Amino acid sequence: MSNPYIVLPVIFQLFVAVTLMFSWTNKNLQKLISVVGSLIALLISILLLIKVNQEGIQTMQAGGWIAPFGITFVADTFSALLVLLTAISGLAVSVFSVGSIRNARVRFGYFPILHLLIMGLSGAFLTGDIFNLYVWFEIIIISSFVLITIGGEKAQLEGAIKYVAMNLLASVVFLTAIAILYGLTGSLNMADLSLQVAKVENRGLVNVTAILFLVGFGIKSAVFPLYFWLPASYHTPPPAISAIFGGLLTKVGVYAMLRVFTLIFVPDTFLTTVITVMAMLTIFSGGVGALMQNNIRKVFSYLIICHIGFMLAGLGIYSTLALAGAVFYLVHDIVVKTNLFMVSGLVFKIKGTYSMRLLGGFYKEQPLMSLLMAIPLFSLVGIPPLSGFWGKLLLIQGAMNSSNILLIGFILLGSFLTLFIIAKLWSEVFWKDPQVLPKKEHIKYFDELKPLKKRAMLASVVFLSILSLGIGFGAEWVMRIAMTVAGNLMDPSAYIQAVLGT
Amino acid sequence: MKTIIFKSASVYLLPLLLLFSVFILLRGHYLPGGGFVGGLMASIAFVIHSFANGVENTKNIVKFHPGFLMPVGLALALLAGSLPLFTGETFMTGLWMDQPVPVIGTVGTALFFDTGVYLVVIGVTLTIIFTISEGL
Amino acid sequence: MELLLVIIIGLLYAAGIYMMLRRSLVKLIIGLILLGNGANLLIFLLGKIVKGKPPIIGPNEKMLGEIYADPVPQALILTAIVISFGLQAFAIILIKRAYKVVKTDDLDEMYATDEDL
Repeated sequence: MSNPYIVLPVIFQLFVAVTLMFSWTNKNLQKLISVVGSLIALLISILLLIKVNQEGIQTMQAGGWIAPFGITFVADTFSALLVLLTAISGLAVSVFSVGSIRNARVRFGYFPILHLLIMGLSGAFLTGDIFNLYVWFEIIIISSFVLITIGGEKAQLEGAIKYVAMNLLASVVFLTAIAILYGLTGSLNMADLSLQVAKVENRGLVNVTAILFLVGFGIKSAVFPLYFWLPASYHTPPPAISAIFGGLLTKVGVYAMLRVFTLIFVPDTFLTTVITVMAMLTIFSGGVGALMQNNIRKVFSYLIICHIGFMLAGLGIYSTLALAGAVFYLVHDIVVKTNLFMVSGLVFKIKGTYSMRLLGGFYKEQPLMSLLMAIPLFSLVGIPPLSGFWGKLLLIQGAMNSSNILLIGFILLGSFLTLFIIAKLWSEVFWKDPQVLPKKEHIKYFDELKPLKKRAMLASVVFLSILSLGIGFGAEWVMRIAMTVAGNLMDPSAYIQAVLGT
Repeated sequence: MKTIIFKSASVYLLPLLLLFSVFILLRGHYLPGGGFVGGLMASIAFVIHSFANGVENTKNIVKFHPGFLMPVGLALALLAGSLPLFTGETFMTGLWMDQPVPVIGTVGTALFFDTGVYLVVIGVTLTIIFTISEGL
Repeated sequence: MELLLVIIIGLLYAAGIYMMLRRSLVKLIIGLILLGNGANLLIFLLGKIVKGKPPIIGPNEKMLGEIYADPVPQALILTAIVISFGLQAFAIILIKRAYKVVKTDDLDEMYATDEDL
C-alpha cells in the first residue's frame, strides 16, 4: 500500500540534526533538542510499526517515480521493527550522552552527527533500492568516522584508521558487487532484482556476485575472516559512542545480509554451506577472543562478533524457524549490546578503569547498581526466561530440523563460552575484593557529576534493562513478530507485489 | 604563489567565478550543470584566491565560518524535499509554479533543493580546505 | 573501447590492492582512491557502452524507439564520486591528525589499541 509518510523517521532525524546545527554554540539547548527529538522519533517509529502490522507492507516511491525506475522505500514488518529498535537505542544513547559526553566533544558537533547516524540507519532499514542502500551505508560510515575520531586521543585515532580503512574497503567491494549486478540485470530495485536474478542463466556469475555482497556486508557486520577491525576500534571512543556502534552498526550489516540473501540471491547449497561455516567460525573465534581479554569493553567487542555468528547461523540454516530465531536474536542483541556498553561506561565513571584485573568489589560498594547491571549481563548469557534464551532456542530447533548437528554444537559452545566469560567478568568486577585505585586527574568521577547527569546515565540503563526484561517475559509477542518477519523473508512474493504493484 | 600575474588575476577571477557558479546552478534544470557543480565552482574561486593570497586572507574575505553554510543549505534542501508531503505527494516530488519568472525560468522546489546542495557543497569544501591548510 | 576499459579497470584494482597492502598510511589512502576509481569505471563499463541517443521520449511517442544511452550508470557514478570525495577528504585529514599524534606513518607502529589497559 502506498504511503508517502513512511520516510518520516528519516526526514525527522535530518530535521533534528539541522536544528541541532543551528544551536551549535548552546550545548544545553542541544541536549534538550536531542532528547526531545529522539522521543518524538520513537513515537513515529511505534506508529509506523502499528500501521505496518495493521495494513501490511507500506511503500513510497520517491519523487513519484514508479518502481522499478525510481527509488523505492519499503516498510515491511522487518524494516519497521528495526527502525523502532534504532529509535529505542537512539533515545537511550541520547539520554546517556547528556550525562556522559564531555563538553569539548559537544562543541565539535557530537549531537548533530549522532542524529545523522541514526538517520542513516533508519534510511538503510527502509530503502528498497540496492544503490540507495549503498548511499545510506556511506552516510552511516561517514557519521561513524566523525564520531569515532571526535576528541582525537591517540588510541582513538589509531583505532579510527583501522576502522576507516576496512569500512572504505567494504564500500568498494559493495560498489563493485552492485556494478556487476547492474550489468547482469539492468535493475537496482530490490524487488525487481529478485525477479531478474532468477532469470539470469549464468549462475556462476550470480554466485560470484553473491560472494562479493557477502564479503562487503561481512566486513561491515564483522564475521569470521573479516572482523579484525572491530576489536581494534570499538573500545577506543567514549562509552556512549561505542554503545550506539556496538548496538547498531554491525547489525545493519546483518540486516543487509538477511535482506539480500533472502530476496535477491536465494541461497543454494553452496551459499548456505559457506554462510554456515562462516557462522560457526565466527561464533568460535569471537568467543575464544573474548576469553583472552582483560579490558571489559574489549570483552564486549569480541562478544559482539560471537553473537553475530548466531544470527548468521540462522541465515545459514535457511528455514522459517531459524530465520525467526535470527530475527529474535537481532532484536535482543541490539537492546542488550547497547546497554552493555553503557554499563561499561558507568563502571568506568565510578571506578576510573576498564581493566578487569584492577576492578573489584563492585557488589559490596554499589549493591543496587550491581543488580541493575546483572540484568543485561545475564540476558546476554540467555538464562531462561531472559531475552537471550528464546532466540537461541529457535535457532537450535531450526538446526535440529535440518539435522545440522555440528552447527548445534557450535551454538551450544558459543552459549557456553558466553556464560563462562560473563561469570568470569561477574566474579572479577563484582565479587572480587576491591583494590584501592589511585584517583586519576583527567577523569570526572561519578560522584562529582551533577545529579541530573547521574540520573540521565542511570535512566537510560534502566530503560534498556526493563526493555530486555520485557523481551524475555513477553517472548510470545516478540516471537509472533519474528515468525511473521521470517515468513515474509522466506516467501518474498508479498514484498515484491507491494513494491511493483503487479 | 608569488607571481604578480596570478595575484592580480585572482582578484578579478573571484567575483567572475562566483557569478559563473550561480549561472551553472540555475542552468542545471534544463542543461548540464546543477547545485553540486556550481558549488564546486564557487569553492574553486576561493581556492584560487587562497593560492594567490594565502589562506588567511581568504578567511578574511569569507567573514563567517564556512561551516555555517552546511545547516543553512541542509535546511533549505530538507524544506524543498518535504514540502510535497504537506500536499499529500511523496517526498522529493517536484512542485512547480504556473508562470515562469523572467531570467530564471519556471521556479519549482527543485531549484530550492539545488540551491541547498550548492550551499552545502561550498560549506563542506571550504571547511575541508581550511582544515587541511591549518598548520602546514 | 570495452577491451581498453577492461584492462584499465584491472590495472586500477591491482594497483589499488597492492597499495593497500603497503604499510604506509598515505599509500593506504592512495590504494583506496584507486580502488574507488576502478569501481566507478566498472559501473560505466557494465552499464553497456553504446553510441546511442539521449534517452528522451519525443512529444508524439509513447516509448523509446531507437538505441539509447542508459543514463543510470552516469547517475550512479556521479553519486559514488561525490560520496568518495567526502570520504577521502575525511580520510586525508584523519591520517594527517594521526601522523601528528602518533608521529609515524607506519601501520606496524600503531598498536596503542592492542595495549592492555
